Amino acid sequence: MDFEPSAEQQMLIDNVRRFVREEILPLEAKLDPDAAELDPADHARLVEKTKAMGLYGIDIPHEFGGPDIDIVTRTLLAIEMAQHRAGLYAPCYGTFGGAGLAQIFEANEDQKERYLYPTLRGEKKAFFGLTEPSGGSDPARAIRTRAERKDNGWVINGSKIFISGADRAQYGIVFARTDASKGRGGITCFIVDHDTPGFHVRRVVHTLRSSSYATELEFKDCWVSDHQVLGEVNKGFAVANDRLTRQRIPYAAACIGVAIAAHEMAIEWAKMRETFGARLAERQAIQWMLVDNELDIRTARLFTLQAAEKARRGLPFRTEAAIAKLTASEGGWRVVDRSMQIHGGMGMTKDLPLERWYREMRIRRVGEGPSEVQRMLIAREILGTSAR
Amino acid sequence: MKLRLDKPWTALTAENVARLPGQLGVYQIADADGIIVHIGYAGGRSRLGLRSELQSELDARGAGYGFRVEVNMQYASRYLELLMLHRADTGALPRDNAASPPARLGRLSPR
Ligand SMILES: Cc1cc2nc3c(=O)[nH]c(=O)nc-3n(C[C@H](O)[C@H](O)[C@H](O)COP(=O)(O)OP(=O)(O)OC[C@H]3O[C@@H](n4cnc5c(N)ncnc54)[C@H](O)[C@@H]3O)c2cc1C
Repeated sequence: MDFEPSAEQQMLIDNVRRFVREEILPLEAKLDPDAAELDPADHARLVEKTKAMGLYGIDIPHEFGGPDIDIVTRTLLAIEMAQHRAGLYAPCYGTFGGAGLAQIFEANEDQKERYLYPTLRGEKKAFFGLTEPSGGSDPARAIRTRAERKDNGWVINGSKIFISGADRAQYGIVFARTDASKGRGGITCFIVDHDTPGFHVRRVVHTLRSSSYATELEFKDCWVSDHQVLGEVNKGFAVANDRLTRQRIPYAAACIGVAIAAHEMAIEWAKMRETFGARLAERQAIQWMLVDNELDIRTARLFTLQAAEKARRGLPFRTEAAIAKLTASEGGWRVVDRSMQIHGGMGMTKDLPLERWYREMRIRRVGEGPSEVQRMLIAREILGTSAR
Repeated sequence: MKLRLDKPWTALTAENVARLPGQLGVYQIADADGIIVHIGYAGGRSRLGLRSELQSELDARGAGYGFRVEVNMQYASRYLELLMLHRADTGALPRDNAASPPARLGRLSPR
């Protein structure tokens, strides 16, 4: 497969690159180094620009009003959008819009009216509530939050942890056990409005990622009607898995974008900085670090585009998505680490974006399925069997 | 880490501010009655961390206020958490924050 961008793709890449350099970077230079949001007026102004570029809502499927851009091109653009300080978790500060949670596309017509369309219009935000204090990498076994039948609906009791954005969302997708005897076949997915009695956001969970923080949730006799079941009862796990697989491609792309930005900084610095009478770029130790950066970036880029290409062709891409997520998050972290080393003391400061990328990139090896889980998925494919 | 800041108030004076660390973190300012009027943070762009931020508070407010600080590298999320906690506890943001609240502040219902 040849992943050299076509002329049309290159034009879009150039447009997004220019947008990042001319619109995002100057605004970002004035923000706190841990900021995750633009001033609302700047945000609104830039949204008008991305709309004029024809790229607003880029991840929204075409049949729901998004631009008709295939997933390979979107991946190439996602790599560009991440190339700034907040780029890993807030690419271009959300000015290209978003599709919300992939699961909500599973909604029935009534739910689409109440949740999907308002989300696509940017009127509602959602959270994804899967992980619990009992564990996140094996949710099928770990989920203890239960939902029991009551009055044409369900009463949810339990807690969730590490849930991003739940304090600001208008609704969330919550996974609960509806049949204790069935393991992964006993989990149902519910849509919970933020003002449902019994739903509580208890605290902020402070992590390395201090900008877009996570929260801890509690459900205390939280009753939701049957209309809030997303998909089918006891089939929630399939919904969760599908989302996690799809998410891995843009997730990997953002890691690659940040790695490229860190690598470019390291190259510039190595060409400029002199020690012991010569530029760092002339030292083999530094050259090899830059070469290793290049290898990590190229490897992750190829695997991620390969996963995207399989998805584009409608082929199964679960293993490819796992490989993409693994190579991009682990390789990306190594690139940032080496780039910091090349920068010496400056690399550790908040004057440069490297320290933020270092902290946030570390989370990427755990979020959206940790590295070990990706390896398990790949091992299953290699061994031709379910390793469970 | 305790959810709420509950250290006693220190008088906002030049002497006390000079003793503050140059580290990053969050702070609260109270009026003479001990009512919290402002929650702020010393972020990555502050010149001398908490010391320079509290010095700016003193310069702007003058005498008659108290402060307390928490050194915290996660100042961004801690700052928003303190604002949400204050709103959950009292029903409103501190007077000075209410004048220019963060764009999209979340909701907490702490235990
Ligand atoms: C900042 C942040 C934001 C998050 N946002 C969300 C969110 O919005 N929604 C949500 O639902 N979750 C969210 N998460 C949770 C995240 O998905 C989980 O942390 C992750 O799935 C791992 O779960 P765990 O922390 O419970 O680790 P555990 O499941 O307890 O695993 C611990 C470690 O053991 C490893 N491990 C597990 N099983 C095996 C095995 N068989 N062999 C070898 N190693 C193994 C894991 O890979 C992991 O490294 C977020 C996490 C963070 C840090």
